[in-house]
Amino acid sequence: MNFDLRFPIGIIFSLFGAILATYGLVSDPAIYQRSLGFNVNLDWGLVLLAFGLVMLRLALRARRRK
Amino acid sequence: MTHPIVLGGLDYTLLLLYFGFVLGIGWALKRRMKGSTDFFLSGRAIPVWITGLAFISANLGAQEVIGMAASGAKYGIMTSHFYWIGAIPAMVFLGVFMMPFYYGSKSRSVPEYLKMRFDEKTRGLNALSFAVMTIFSSGISLYALAKLLEVLLGWNFDFSIFVSAAIVLVYICLGGLTSAIYNEVLQFFMIVFGFAPLVWLGLRDVGGWSALQAKLVGVATDQHFAPGTWTESWKHMASPASNPMGVEWFGLAMGLGFVSSFGYWCTDFLVVQRAMAANSMSAARRTPLIAAFPKMLFPFIVILPGMIAIALVRDLHSGFTLPVSADGTPNFNMVIPMMLGHYLPTGMLGLGFTALMASFMSGMAGNVTAFNTVWTYDIYQSYFAPGKSDIHYLWMGRFATIFGVLLSVGAAYFAARFNNIMDFLQLVFAFVNAPLFATFLLGMFWKRANGHGAFFGLLTAMLAAALHHGLTLPYGEVAGIKGGWLGTVIHVYPGEMAQNFWTAIIAWTTCMVVTIVVSLATARVKTDQDLSGLVYSLTPRLPEEREPWYKRPVILGVVVLAATLVLNLVFA
Repeated sequence: MNFDLRFPIGIIFSLFGAILATYGLVSDPAIYQRSLGFNVNLDWGLVLLAFGLVMLRLALRARRRK
Repeated sequence: MTHPIVLGGLDYTLLLLYFGFVLGIGWALKRRMKGSTDFFLSGRAIPVWITGLAFISANLGAQEVIGMAASGAKYGIMTSHFYWIGAIPAMVFLGVFMMPFYYGSKSRSVPEYLKMRFDEKTRGLNALSFAVMTIFSSGISLYALAKLLEVLLGWNFDFSIFVSAAIVLVYICLGGLTSAIYNEVLQFFMIVFGFAPLVWLGLRDVGGWSALQAKLVGVATDQHFAPGTWTESWKHMASPASNPMGVEWFGLAMGLGFVSSFGYWCTDFLVVQRAMAANSMSAARRTPLIAAFPKMLFPFIVILPGMIAIALVRDLHSGFTLPVSADGTPNFNMVIPMMLGHYLPTGMLGLGFTALMASFMSGMAGNVTAFNTVWTYDIYQSYFAPGKSDIHYLWMGRFATIFGVLLSVGAAYFAARFNNIMDFLQLVFAFVNAPLFATFLLGMFWKRANGHGAFFGLLTAMLAAALHHGLTLPYGEVAGIKGGWLGTVIHVYPGEMAQNFWTAIIAWTTCMVVTIVVSLATARVKTDQDLSGLVYSLTPRLPEEREPWYKRPVILGVVVLAATLVLNLVFA
């Protein structure tokens, strides 16, 4: 039937999270003036990455159980 | 010409990745589309958390995200009535009372239910008006997206239209409703993750909720309203003159909370289709109930930015401005995109913009999938080519997707050329939609209601709605598109919203009365046996007790309503 949607969600958010967090590490801190001094790329990138990994884990666990 | 927002290379990378991914999902679903049920109803095999998120996400298109933020700026927290009164109760009603008939009857669309319950002409009327309406809504979504990208980023209008239409076309043609639903869920998470940091930064910037409340006092008193008008949703509803919406509590509760909201959430195939795709009766019933939880929290993501924006605009030191529209007032439709540009650096900005574009496209995709289903099952199969093979209808569904998208593109250009004709069409749709819930209510709970009653009830109610609109005017408007076009004005409403709510109330009441009278005056055609599974009193009760409590629709419904009540009280 239809495939488990948690795979694509997990993949895209892990990917986005990793890209943003990496960029947050290497980018010029001056660009974070507009976000009130918070390195939002790094912080929020890590949140996205965590969400993506949780989704992937849930999907893998469901597949193993089948 | 300079544009307010500039996207960097990283932002474009995220954008391309996302839409590449969306097409990939369609591609992966393609070989699973074996018959028309797979294409139009996802084989009735989608788990409930997905149908639930798709249920609200299908409605989270252009109008929602952009419009609710604009209303947040114009009306403040009162905008939450569109959620806590104007959506949640109807969603609970759909799940608890109506879903058993939609799902249990095995009808494949809302018009098809009308055919089973009433007769062919009632279905035909509903199918036709719905099909036309979805095309125009999808066209308006497309137009709004292209316009926004043109103003903010300087993208070519034609380019935006064709690229967005092509992406939607490809992924629906490949994966049908499943593709649309999967992308709606993906888009739901994009919106939440793309906008949440915005709200957090905005709120922090103004100094927290209590500082925001204090700043909004000035916004209210500038317009001669009581100080708390922007941050208290119920306290200023005693009379239409004391709040910026120009409505009083009764018109709001009946017009928005009852008629319009139940008419939309309980009968609009665009949303009901998502629940019909669920993998069991229990899942179908829980779809709108599960959807209600995120729905009740959306005001914090879509309305709050509008409230923050208006506070920032008033504060001259904030450095935040909104573009000015033609009549000299700030363009509130730009609240979300301008805040994205104001607070987010490259990277996060790309994420926010991708979320915004995704929401426009999935709003369009929702309409296209509802259109191709109604077209294929309720118009093509019923009137043009009955009795063909299932593969033929699957082919027709793909073909309908293509011309549905082409018609949407046409509608988008039409909207660009004749803006006031679009306003007029939306008005006509309001007349068509307002009475529908009365028909369904009588259909599901009164076995004596018959096809003649339903059909003529709907027709006269649409007429009554048009008449009411033609005879009344909102305060300060001239006769024309806003009403009063019949020459005499018998009543002047304090605002446009009040007029809309009362148009809906009158249409609904007319439909109710006429359907009852005509049904009683004409013979009952369908027997009790015909109506089993379609009418409440003739349908065996569902065995609900064996499920754990959190899977029982009634208990979930009570929890949802209680939580909504708490939200209303907290922000009263």
